Amino acid sequence: MRAKRFQTPMPSTWFLQRAGYRRFMAREATAIAFAPFLVYLLVWIHRLSQGPEAFAALIEVTRNPVSVVLHSLLFGAVLYHSFTWFNLTPKIMPMYVAEEKVPDFWAAIFMGYLPWVVVTAVVLWGVLR
Amino acid sequence: MADRTITLEVFRYQPNGGSGTAKERFQRYDVPYHEHWVVLDALNWIKDELDGTLTYRWSCRMGVCGSCGMMVNGEPKLTCAAFLKDYFPQSIKIEPLSYFPVERDLLIDIEGFLAKLKSIKPWIIRQQEKSLDEGEYLQSPNELASFKQYSMCINCLLCYAACPVVGAEEDFIGPAAMALAQRYNLDSRDEGEDLRSEALGAEEGAWGCTFVGECTEVCPKNVDPGGAIQRAKVENTKAFYKRLLMPWGNR
Repeated sequence: MRAKRFQTPMPSTWFLQRAGYRRFMAREATAIAFAPFLVYLLVWIHRLSQGPEAFAALIEVTRNPVSVVLHSLLFGAVLYHSFTWFNLTPKIMPMYVAEEKVPDFWAAIFMGYLPWVVVTAVVLWGVLR
Repeated sequence: MADRTITLEVFRYQPNGGSGTAKERFQRYDVPYHEHWVVLDALNWIKDELDGTLTYRWSCRMGVCGSCGMMVNGEPKLTCAAFLKDYFPQSIKIEPLSYFPVERDLLIDIEGFLAKLKSIKPWIIRQQEKSLDEGEYLQSPNELASFKQYSMCINCLLCYAACPVVGAEEDFIGPAAMALAQRYNLDSRDEGEDLRSEALGAEEGAWGCTFVGECTEVCPKNVDPGGAIQRAKVENTKAFYKRLLMPWGNR
């Protein structure tokens, strides 16, 4: 064993050092927003199962500005996180059509954004028809 | 002699402390400024004209050998490709590549990396070698294209200095070695994927990567180690389910 030599220390604020690290942290930190967002969603579904009055009462509560701001922030974070992964999907699973690599931009649309829009449209159609 | 100069703040370090000097310090050197000079030219000028004790590694000075990687103003760079004119008239801070043990000054110890590289068996493995009279192994242009990008790695280690996981986990195999594992796994002539999967599929392997992606950003050869590691994760997951669902298979 050799004596301990100098090595660049890794500061606890390493994630502020580079723009790429900051983007990484934004991507990973916004994942936390999924937990409260999904709890919120479960509460909505639960109230819905309890009948129209319970649901109307919840709507009344969520009209409160604090709730609107909080919900918007959570929704923004959830969207941001999802979009970062849509954009990364072609890096993880490169898309090939007839042995030609599809450019990342289009691959992200075909594998991420397009299915998302389609699923959203189907759900909306099911709810609103 | 150029009439303008540029200042280099160079990291100096001697493990035994040198002759009564502080162990780690920055030393300032004023170097003649030439528009066509790169940081490596400036370091060579310092070594030739000012201070022969300055220690660093270099060889080809044309971006092929991968020896001269250093932190230039905090950014991992090949110093043979970092032009003074991109920094002039500000001074330039030169440090050894981050997260590697330093032997002396700007010279890093790469033994740890070489051991990691060996652990992923970066060579073509055949279950049965063909005899010479059976001829060469043929490969189509598409088969070549599937791994060629990953074969461009010059082991310059800029990706290691850009990777926070390397900084936090000493045993993490790291970007370049895993990109090379993929280079051989994707090669149609290779049959050694199972032999690499133990190292590659471990916590210190692909699963240690959190996909920060800066390895790909700093790579001077556009190897995209970040993408290679994520694809290794996908392959590792597929192999896991294959074993789970088809335990009678010989994998």
